[in-house]
Amino acid sequence: MQLEVSGVCKSFGATLALNDVAFVVRAGEVHALAGENGSGKSTLMRILHGEILPESGVLTLEGVRYAPRSPREAMDAGVTLIHQELAVSNHLTVTENIFLGVEKHQRGVLSSREMRSKAEECLAQLGHSDIAPDILCGRLSTAQKQVVEIARAVRADSKVVLFDEPTSSLGHKDVEALFTLIRGLKQQGIAVVYITHFLDEIMTICDRVTVLRDSVNVGSLDVAATTPTKIATLMAGRELGKVFPHFDRSPGEPVMDCSSIRGKKYPVNADLRLLKGEVLGIAGLNGAGRTELVRCLFGLDKLKGGTVVAFEKPMRSNPSGNWRSGIGFVSEDRKGEGLASALSLTENLTLPRPGKVLVSAEDRRARTQAIIDQFQVKCSGPGQKMSSLSGGNQQKIAIGRLVDSESKIMILDEPTRGIDVRSKSEIYHMIHKFAGEGRSVILISSQFGELLGLCDRVMVMRRGEVVGEVLPKESSERELLEMCAGA
Amino acid sequence: MKSAGLVAAWVVIFAVFALLLPNSFATSRNIETIFRQMIIVGFAAIGMTFVIISGAIDLSVGSLVALVTVVIAKLLNAGQSPVVAGLVGILVGGLAGLVNGVLVTKLKVGSFIVTLATLLAFRGIAKGIANEQSVTAPLNWLRYFTAALSPSQKWMVLPLGGWLVIALAVLSGFVLHRTVFGRHLVATGSSPATAKMCGVNVDRTQLLVFVLAGVCFGLAGVMQFSRLTIGDPTVASGLELSVIAAVVIGGGSLTGGEGSLFGSLIGALIMTTIATGGSQMGLPNWVQEIVTGVIILSAVALDRWRVTRGQDGAN
Repeated sequence: MQLEVSGVCKSFGATLALNDVAFVVRAGEVHALAGENGSGKSTLMRILHGEILPESGVLTLEGVRYAPRSPREAMDAGVTLIHQELAVSNHLTVTENIFLGVEKHQRGVLSSREMRSKAEECLAQLGHSDIAPDILCGRLSTAQKQVVEIARAVRADSKVVLFDEPTSSLGHKDVEALFTLIRGLKQQGIAVVYITHFLDEIMTICDRVTVLRDSVNVGSLDVAATTPTKIATLMAGRELGKVFPHFDRSPGEPVMDCSSIRGKKYPVNADLRLLKGEVLGIAGLNGAGRTELVRCLFGLDKLKGGTVVAFEKPMRSNPSGNWRSGIGFVSEDRKGEGLASALSLTENLTLPRPGKVLVSAEDRRARTQAIIDQFQVKCSGPGQKMSSLSGGNQQKIAIGRLVDSESKIMILDEPTRGIDVRSKSEIYHMIHKFAGEGRSVILISSQFGELLGLCDRVMVMRRGEVVGEVLPKESSERELLEMCAGA
Repeated sequence: MKSAGLVAAWVVIFAVFALLLPNSFATSRNIETIFRQMIIVGFAAIGMTFVIISGAIDLSVGSLVALVTVVIAKLLNAGQSPVVAGLVGILVGGLAGLVNGVLVTKLKVGSFIVTLATLLAFRGIAKGIANEQSVTAPLNWLRYFTAALSPSQKWMVLPLGGWLVIALAVLSGFVLHRTVFGRHLVATGSSPATAKMCGVNVDRTQLLVFVLAGVCFGLAGVMQFSRLTIGDPTVASGLELSVIAAVVIGGGSLTGGEGSLFGSLIGALIMTTIATGGSQMGLPNWVQEIVTGVIILSAVALDRWRVTRGQDGAN
């Protein structure tokens, strides 16, 4: 038994991220850690890697108590993480990256030759002698940088290697090469923990799988003795609640019609048609290219190809033009991009109002007050600073901005992320109301329940492509998850 | 390849002035003058290269140079030998660097803000010590570091200060490329998160960078005193900009991780050549300033273009 986890609990403020989680990873196996977004798998991984400490629970490594307080301690103990955002320094060479922090030296002067030959050895062991040890990492491809990071684990004689969604930034061919490499690690008796939500990857490369849902381990299974459907059922689990408004809409004529949209990396190829008075959902796992798609549409990211038409005219390639044509956007990143937290509610709300050069302060305040009343925003008044509002109330202002600027097409990217249940439900009713007023909504959400409960249609994206479309009335969370994960 | 491009750029600039000033510019005497002029910026640029590679910036260099000249003059007046005065000057530089480094790593408000504050504070201290006047000092041999060579010294090619800059650059290059500290410094500037994860003590590295830079700035102060032969609390104001420009022309990136000592010295040389050539042609100061601005922008834009083109090629 290589790595044993038992009774691990961790909470952030009032949110319980891990509740009494236990599982065992054996030497020489690839063990998948699967779960939907927010299921607690990243928190577990950060604990294994020494980034955060659990509140309770015991970890053992080869039978010895293992309680790393930093990534460095984890690495010294024999546990290395291969990051999703690869952690190599672009300005150092391959050798220097492999030895970063543990350089071999004599009185501070590097023993370059010794490190170089050891680095060559590690790379050869991984079957990647094609990577020159002296080249700067900035000149390597993403896949090659990942190999350098894995070589770092080999150099540290790691007993356990954690992979955090390692294929998220790789092309198809590179994924194959990575799998070969992981099989090699396995043969050397290294235990691999493979964090993913792609079912096909679990079936291909993993021996066992532990599924987390809502902070709890809901099962550890032998991959050979299970099916993708069974794993998906474990991952999705819960029933659809009654938090969504009942609706019976009949959307009208098309207001937006886009075909073969291509962005810098994602989307690869996407068609999208939106009708008047329709709520169109976009489902997909993290990194599927949903956000990239709407950013391209709205002109925030560069459109590399395809045609985008709204209201029977080509769409503008810049946000200000789109605001003017009655298209509004709510960013998934509320703090960074969605709102200016140091400014007042009024400043935030009336920022994109198109077509006016001069606006009176009185008018702007009145408009803000109207939105505050309409959406029952809890605040002291239009002049209050954005940052002092709760997440849910902030989000109401972000959406209110679209109402204020009279948007007829509303693009909402994860509008309920990180807000309380009550505000979520209020936002659901807002979306429902918008559709009833003849506006059209594009809704991105990682919560399948939301998509099924709110949308007329849901299109599914995977790896930058639209892979299908479902009608919520005839579908289920499980079906959506299977489509997103490629089961 | 990149250094070759820089040297070529300097040769072109030099050739242009040589054509415009056919009788006086391309003479050994004038070349010596240019090299003498670049000694101060050169020392400071070596320190700044470390700082910029580590992902930080140090704006206090000009004030620190002035402070060092004042300290040296005061010590000489108090009867200390030039050796003691010079060494204490360098020590003051190192201490000032320590102050910058401690503030940057403890306050976490960013090196720009910290050194903007110490730019004011160091200048104030210099003025305070000097009673807001220049401090005259007895003539001594420190001036030979930057003085024009007499006919009997021609075999030296460069004055002592020039050779010291070159020696310090070689030593610094060794530290940067061949020591653990040097690699940690690059890792810190390139990606602090990665460095930290790998167990690099990012704060200690950053602190040491500021101390080393302070020592280099102290040396620049000694050279400034050597040029002036007096302590002047108002000297070298705006020096930080020429120094940063030299480093950036030489390939330093203000986002950290990149910079070249050789490049920075050539950058300093380019800046000095333009200044010398410009004043010898009788160009008014304002024209020189505009030209320098344009050159800095084109150097960085060219580099930017090279980098983005390289990235597109890789994809």
